[in-house]
Amino acid sequence: MSTSTTTEYQASTPTGKIANFMDTRAGLSPMVKEFGRKIFPDHWSFMFGEVALYTFVILLMSGTFLTLFFDPSMAHTTYEGSYKPLYGVEMSVAYASALDISFDIRGGLFMRQVHHWAALLFVAAMSVHMLRVFFTGAFRRPRELNWVVGCTLLILGLAAGFTGYSLPDEMLSGNGLRIIDGVVKAIPLIGTYISFFLFGGEFPGDDIIGRLYILHVLVVPALILLMIVIHLFMVVVHKHTQYPGPGRTENNVVGYPVGPVYAAKAGGFFFIVFGVVALLGGFFTINAIWNYGPYDPSPVQAGTQPDWYIGFVDGALRLMPGTLGDFSFKWDIPFPWGTNTLALGVLLPALVPAGILFAVMFGWPWIERWITKDNREHHILDRPRNAPTRTGVGVAGIIWYCVMWAAASSDLIATHFSVSLNDVTYWLRALFVFGPFIGFIITKRVCLALQRKDREIVLHGREAGVIEMTPEGEFRERHERLDDYRLYKLVSFENKKPIPAQPGRDGKIKASEKQRAKFNRWFYEERVAPVTREELAEAKTHDHSDVPSAVEGQDGQSSIGH
Amino acid sequence: MSEQSHGGPDHTGAVEHAGVEESGKYAIDNPGLPPHRPRLADEDPKAAKRAERQAAFLFGLSIVGTLLFFVGYFVVGQIGPDTTFATIRLQNMLLGLGTAFAMLGIGVGIVHWAKTLMPDHETTELRHEVRTEADRQVAVGMIEDIIDETQVKRRPLLRNTLIGAGVLAVLPAIAIFRDLDDTDNRSEFAAENFGPERLRHTMWATDVRLVRDPTGTPIKASDVTIGSAFHVIPEGLNELDPHEMLNQKAKAVVLLMRLNPEDMQVSPEREDWNVDGIVAYSKVCTHVGCPVALYEQHTHHLLCPCHQSTFDLTQECKVIFGPAGHALPQLPIRVNEEGFLVARSDFHEPVGPAYWERG
Amino acid sequence: MKALSQKRRHPIAGLALLLLGLLITGGLYSVASTMNQAQASNTGSSYSAEDITEGEKLFNANCATCHGVEAVGTENGPTLVGVGAASVNFQVGTGRMPMQMQGPQAQAKPNQFSDEQTAQLAAYVASLGAGPAIPEEQYLDTDHEDVDLGNGGTLFRVNCAMCHNAAAAGGALTRGKYAPPLAGVSEQHIYEAMITGPQNMPVFSDANIKPEDKRDIIAFLKQIESQGSPGGAALGSLGPVSEGLLVWTGGLAVLIGFMVWLTSRSS
Repeated sequence: MSTSTTTEYQASTPTGKIANFMDTRAGLSPMVKEFGRKIFPDHWSFMFGEVALYTFVILLMSGTFLTLFFDPSMAHTTYEGSYKPLYGVEMSVAYASALDISFDIRGGLFMRQVHHWAALLFVAAMSVHMLRVFFTGAFRRPRELNWVVGCTLLILGLAAGFTGYSLPDEMLSGNGLRIIDGVVKAIPLIGTYISFFLFGGEFPGDDIIGRLYILHVLVVPALILLMIVIHLFMVVVHKHTQYPGPGRTENNVVGYPVGPVYAAKAGGFFFIVFGVVALLGGFFTINAIWNYGPYDPSPVQAGTQPDWYIGFVDGALRLMPGTLGDFSFKWDIPFPWGTNTLALGVLLPALVPAGILFAVMFGWPWIERWITKDNREHHILDRPRNAPTRTGVGVAGIIWYCVMWAAASSDLIATHFSVSLNDVTYWLRALFVFGPFIGFIITKRVCLALQRKDREIVLHGREAGVIEMTPEGEFRERHERLDDYRLYKLVSFENKKPIPAQPGRDGKIKASEKQRAKFNRWFYEERVAPVTREELAEAKTHDHSDVPSAVEGQDGQSSIGH
Repeated sequence: MSEQSHGGPDHTGAVEHAGVEESGKYAIDNPGLPPHRPRLADEDPKAAKRAERQAAFLFGLSIVGTLLFFVGYFVVGQIGPDTTFATIRLQNMLLGLGTAFAMLGIGVGIVHWAKTLMPDHETTELRHEVRTEADRQVAVGMIEDIIDETQVKRRPLLRNTLIGAGVLAVLPAIAIFRDLDDTDNRSEFAAENFGPERLRHTMWATDVRLVRDPTGTPIKASDVTIGSAFHVIPEGLNELDPHEMLNQKAKAVVLLMRLNPEDMQVSPEREDWNVDGIVAYSKVCTHVGCPVALYEQHTHHLLCPCHQSTFDLTQECKVIFGPAGHALPQLPIRVNEEGFLVARSDFHEPVGPAYWERG
Repeated sequence: MKALSQKRRHPIAGLALLLLGLLITGGLYSVASTMNQAQASNTGSSYSAEDITEGEKLFNANCATCHGVEAVGTENGPTLVGVGAASVNFQVGTGRMPMQMQGPQAQAKPNQFSDEQTAQLAAYVASLGAGPAIPEEQYLDTDHEDVDLGNGGTLFRVNCAMCHNAAAAGGALTRGKYAPPLAGVSEQHIYEAMITGPQNMPVFSDANIKPEDKRDIIAFLKQIESQGSPGGAALGSLGPVSEGLLVWTGGLAVLIGFMVWLTSRSS
């Protein structure tokens, strides 16, 4: 045994002593060294993930408050609280306690509204964040797994939202649960039993609220938290992606250090998100449970809708025709042991569109990798216009989703625009089929046009907004050549050409490879190539005669920080 | 590890990166980071002072917001039976406004501080490979050693019994959820109370009176005039235990209407199911189970407000629009000696959405 | 869908045919079987003869084009024999009649007649045949000591909310028809709508919902109308759709504004 001879650092101030104690026990110095000056790129579109994270924190805080007062019991009670129009009405303890939170606990209504608004914003922010990742190609290697974690988070967000929506046990969400029960029962073979297990027997039973409650306050949030940890860990491993621009390469990350700038901005943004949610909670009623009354299987209200993120499934259910003339999608199948029923009118719309959306979403990094044969690491993002086919597919998906989403409010569209409910449904059915194709074609054309415009600007400069008269009397607009910093952003993308079908090891071209080549052609056949050196040099030789040279520097930076 | 590299290519490694910048790849070479453009506050101490005061003002605003919250909470005060909605709205608004000011003051203040006073030099950090080849070789070596040391490859008996035990050990974790539906444990007729059979039966039976929902008062045939609609439950439902009541009500709710008999198409086997044009249909939508309660008295359409399935009352509630796949079941009714409407029997088919065992 | 469109050559034509059919084939039948209606009806005997003559003049000038002379009905409008004074007071009093144009259903608009003229029209139509009368004052008194808001709310949710929405914000029916919002509708008109079943609304006769219960429903409606929304703007009381719309257009838009400001460089 020998004692160490190195003299250990001794702190002198009280703060220093505490910090030193922590450092020697938990090893803070290496952490500060690792993260203190870590670089994050700055762009407004990178902040949606933070909105999602911060609304989740707000949900945890407001949700904890609500659990202290909410009683998820389906026991029977007579309401004797402060809301007069329900006084003396029979209801469940869960609904009564939700009313008490709204009318008898100071700040309870505010916290309920903050919680619900934050939930709507949480899923919205996740969705927009994922769209940003999709359209910029940020899901490509090495970030495929983090994309999958993100998709999982979205599904967990939907689960958290739906379980919470049902808890107050009022008429609106009760009918929502009844719809879920109907959809579950449509599942062949096991559906009826799943329904019994879910509700503890027949619908509605007296178990479901308690079961949804434990999912809502424990299981789902714990899973979300776990996924968030994995998500952020991988962000640290990969470092953030960045948009193309001067100084940005595949090997670096350009931005601001965590300490102090990024920490201040991101930290401050938490308070901003909280402030906006508080404004919503203070000024706008959300989920007016007192209007709906206790759940009872007999009443229902006009305008029965789920929260927005479940809307697309509800809309798909509305769009599906249950019968075509005398043909019914309820299919009674005669089996040797008796007749079984397949409720295709429910099963198809409930499972197929959502199934396709999520399957394509989860699988897209691999689908695109297979089609493009691009297995390289990408840290520089695509500008959406430079990936016209992907952008087109994304917009087609958005339109498909939005048609279903709009269908969920077909009755409100009918009343508010004074049109026939039936006509709204017919139109949306048509859009459901044709909308994505139209959207794809238009988007792809717009992308190609924007690329051509970029080429135009690179070759001939941007329009300066100044009309000049030549000595000959001809009028024309002055063009200003871009500086290199701006130019680089417009030219630094790859000219991706279709890769024809490749023979395998045995020298034969497999059918799947032919299929891949077809998709590949569809992906890349129509493209606008970036400006080449030769073209640029050629264009510059014209300059001296008819284009005044660009104004260098000065205003050349305003767009570069993005 | 962070350095001002201005984008020099510095990459070695096995992974191919997209767009690695060999010179000449694009029309112009990467010009590197643009020169830093100083802000007002960088050069003018007055501007810096102004920015400082602005941020401090925002923090002050946050303090005012917190006070506003307390005004809402304590001054507006406790709410209860005698509080008007206007007071609750005022309190809610003050809590929201106070919190918003408190939070936005801090948030906007900090961000303003960061934007105007903290350095805004863009900095470059190099990326590292997710995995290097050297690391991979070390890791693979380790794992091989570890597996070797367990001797699992040489002793398949150990491996196979462990796999068998592990697979079986999971099964109790599935089996233990069996009693999520424990209704058969409560009832004396287990066979009737577990399984899909119970979806076939409702409380309706021969001579059960039709009563109004929710009052439970019986209905005389003469009460039901043309054009009216009654929301109906079976007599005795309200006397059930509250939970059994909801379960039974979920299946038994009925809508009672009267049509001119000449408007109705009645199939031969249903000829005695109505009373002079008074008909009773299940209110549970055959799509996914919402109450189909919207009755249009002139078009004789029944509309479900959830997914817009439309049923034609004159055609025995056949589906004429929307996602439902089959007609609403009809409850056969007649009049008893006292003139009250009663059921002839239960429904002749299961009510509500289709399910696998429906047949 | 086909059946539906075939049936509906013209919405009002169908309505007219139907009511005409009712009159011709079932006139006697309905008088004989509707005991309950007789309780709440009169034949216009409480109106003066002068009211009836004035009403007839007004009717012939404003209504007879569609409803026919002596209100026997035409292709464009149903017969009004037996609809009662309550129906006239509702239809004319809410401005639904005279209709501006044929359509899926009559729209409420400013009343074209004075209260006196409306009463005269009602007197004339009531004199043509027995029908629901103008409701008694005591059943419109929402401050009555026996009023039970809880009962009114429960009855409203069972009988009315599926068309009119739980917060009485209105809702859609088939083929362009709709159940209107109930805010701002007078107690008397709500009562009259229940007993007469205007447009496609079913009739809620006194045998179905007792007059006292109707008063509870009206009191409940007036309560939720006057109390306002405790949590701030009600967003039309339309539920999750307007909430989702606000989150996407308002909440997210404001946040994007902050995001752009936060990541832009200071000047």
